[in-house]
Amino acid sequence: MSIDLSQFIPTFLEESFEGLELMESSLLNLKQGDDDSINAIFRAAHSIKGGAGTFGFNRVTDFTHEVETLLDEMRDGRRNITPHDTDLLLKSVDCIRLLIESARDGIECNDPQIDANFRAIQLSLNNDDVVADACSTPSDDPACAAEEERVGWLIKFVPSHEILQTGNDVLRLFIALEEFGQYTTEVDLGELPPLAELDPQECHLTWKLTLTSDCSLDDVNEVFEWVEDECQLVVTPLQASQTKANEEQGISDDVVAEAAEVIQPQASAPVISEAEKVPVQSVGSIRVGIDKVDALINRVGELVITQAMLKQIGNELNELDDDNDTLTRLREGLVQLEGNSRDLQEDVMRIRMLPINFVFNRFPRMVYDVSSKLGKQVELKLSGESTELDKTVMEKIGDPLVHLVRNSLDHGLETPDERIAAGKEPTGTVHLNAYHQGGYINIDISDDGRGLNTEKIREKALEKGLINADQSFSDQEINELIFAPGFSTADAVSDLSGRGVGMDVVRRNIESLGGHVSLSSTPGKGSIFSVSLPLTLAILDGQLISVAGQTYIVPLVSIVESIQIQQAALKGIAGQQSLYLYREQYIPLYSIRTLFDLPDKTSEFDEGMIIIVESSGHKYALLVDELKDQQQVVLKSLESNYMAVEGISGATILGNGGVALIIDIKGLNNLKKQPTSFDTSPQMLQGVCA
Amino acid sequence: MSELSQSISEPSKQFLSFFLAGEEYAIDILKVQEIRDWSAPTIVPNSPSYIDGVVNLRGEIIPVINLRSRFSLANDPQLKNPIVIVLNVFDGKKYRLMGLFVDAFSETYDVITSKINPAPANISVIDDEFIIGLTTVDQQMIILLDADALLNSNELAPQHIENVA
Repeated sequence: MSIDLSQFIPTFLEESFEGLELMESSLLNLKQGDDDSINAIFRAAHSIKGGAGTFGFNRVTDFTHEVETLLDEMRDGRRNITPHDTDLLLKSVDCIRLLIESARDGIECNDPQIDANFRAIQLSLNNDDVVADACSTPSDDPACAAEEERVGWLIKFVPSHEILQTGNDVLRLFIALEEFGQYTTEVDLGELPPLAELDPQECHLTWKLTLTSDCSLDDVNEVFEWVEDECQLVVTPLQASQTKANEEQGISDDVVAEAAEVIQPQASAPVISEAEKVPVQSVGSIRVGIDKVDALINRVGELVITQAMLKQIGNELNELDDDNDTLTRLREGLVQLEGNSRDLQEDVMRIRMLPINFVFNRFPRMVYDVSSKLGKQVELKLSGESTELDKTVMEKIGDPLVHLVRNSLDHGLETPDERIAAGKEPTGTVHLNAYHQGGYINIDISDDGRGLNTEKIREKALEKGLINADQSFSDQEINELIFAPGFSTADAVSDLSGRGVGMDVVRRNIESLGGHVSLSSTPGKGSIFSVSLPLTLAILDGQLISVAGQTYIVPLVSIVESIQIQQAALKGIAGQQSLYLYREQYIPLYSIRTLFDLPDKTSEFDEGMIIIVESSGHKYALLVDELKDQQQVVLKSLESNYMAVEGISGATILGNGGVALIIDIKGLNNLKKQPTSFDTSPQMLQGVCA
Repeated sequence: MSELSQSISEPSKQFLSFFLAGEEYAIDILKVQEIRDWSAPTIVPNSPSYIDGVVNLRGEIIPVINLRSRFSLANDPQLKNPIVIVLNVFDGKKYRLMGLFVDAFSETYDVITSKINPAPANISVIDDEFIIGLTTVDQQMIILLDADALLNSNELAPQHIENVA
């Protein structure tokens, strides 16, 4: 019977990546004597190795095996946990990830760092082994780690095939050795016949034991006295050099540690999750494909639309005979339906919600890497990790956040010397805080560094021609310029930040998610970047507007104010009504009718409405015919059956079953750059409504 | 009778035919998902002239293509029962739903593959890439259209928008 293993590969991959994440986060918090964490890391590595072996991902298996050996030594207390080892293990996690990814994609991974890391682990294993072994008990004081050479015994034990049949148990012999001190076993499976030919009563295994002890040769021989005639026994004194040789031999053999692990008598302590700050309630969970969830969300979206349609009909019925009992009951039913649909929609949306932990998890590692590279001491504080947001938003917010945190580390925080000179603690703090506010999730990235250098920003902006010398700006306005395209104050371009594609990309990405980013900074005290994002991309709070008989939706988040048109505030340039005086500021005026090339342009300047919108820090006045309801709308893509349209971010279905397009404020900026004039009349849409 | 036996033995294809300005066109029935009544579409800003707009098809937003505009025919405001043929076409990457706004639905025909004549070159009224061929049913010429080519994604690519302004 053969099983198609490939069907399990996706599960393996998913679990492995989760395992790697767990390894990473545990490694970062690893302290000496923290058995729980070590065990957790070890088990993660072990399952990756096992899984990879099953699927024939040999490179993963080989590499992970080395890591596991190292971890095993830490677990047994034979090795002290040094920052060097932690670093090595963290890099190994990266390597395993690379290897798994290339195994997944079916390509050969030739990254030189993998070989380098592989060698580094082997080196580490060989070098430190004796030292670590020298400590006869795990908790021995570090002084003994300095001892150069220690005598133990290297025992090669080759039992005869019949040893089990004479009533001898190999395991018992090994347990007997235990009283002399610490020992490790390596088993050689090379002699094992194929399963079909295997006699279960025969022993085909041979062992190599490394006993760290000051016992005499006689002591060792005594243990094996009973089986003297049924085995080949070679006992040699253990020197430092031999340990190395021994280890090197063992390295090439995959099975060794696994078998050794089985045989090792000490049970690993039961491990509880490593989470210390937030008690994680273990509620059962199931793994479901995201496509199923999306289908469900779409279906519920349909239901909500149908419900809105029914509600509309119900309202029309209200105008009819009011005494009809059936009608009353129908109305009651409709009210219930509305409540239930809303609850259902909220519940379904919550399925996609994940705690922001998934994003935050990467930061401890990143801060660790970056701060050591920059020579800064940084403490990372995370709070609000369990704040939930939509998975799609989560996937897209990772990179902008990484950029902001890097920016804080690189530009915000000072070096320890600078900090001491400024009378601060040498260790700087970066704080990530997530919390819900309204329908939004806010993420604040604050540091206690030097704050933004407003003067420098002003100089740079002048130099880049972003502002003119005679314009006056507030400090806040100057600071906001760091979000302008192509702006970067870093004197030298580093691989961390300062590439000049920084903050404007961050802002653009965040705004493309329907969110916004703001900053506040106090010189010498630090700065705070606040990112605000909608909880979900599937639903949007919209203002319905109507222009030339068509209904459009403007995202509520970009609306600053809606006002009646003031004829006096309309200002023309070159004969076109193109500016609007809003709160003593001239802002560009755009007519939706013109931008979208809609028919019937007669009276729009006489009795329209003005919506003031804001995008990327700029305000615009939009001229529309009429404001209608505000409502939550379910976002639909135009691209799935049609294509992307400039100025339109998507569509939704209204209660009457019609389609309404959602205006993309940022996209309008691009549209408006096309030459428009008020008297052109290429009726591109002539065929409409024939 | 002889024609019937022929149609059984020879490979044939089913086509759905419709009217457009008095002419009869047909399209591979396997591309047709359904036929709907016409309802006012939502205008898509700055779209090509032959895109009437988008409509809601049970939660999917699909574009409606005006075949009269596509073939540079004048629109007829007096049309009695215009219909939208919903097609499921493959654009090389994925399947898309699109509506085809036509004057009226006509018939379904079994057309024997060997009876499809290639369209003469240089007819020049419409791009001949849209035409699979011509066939005759009851002495009426029927123009067989290639749904995929008609709605192919290149035609709907954004460069059309740039020409608008």
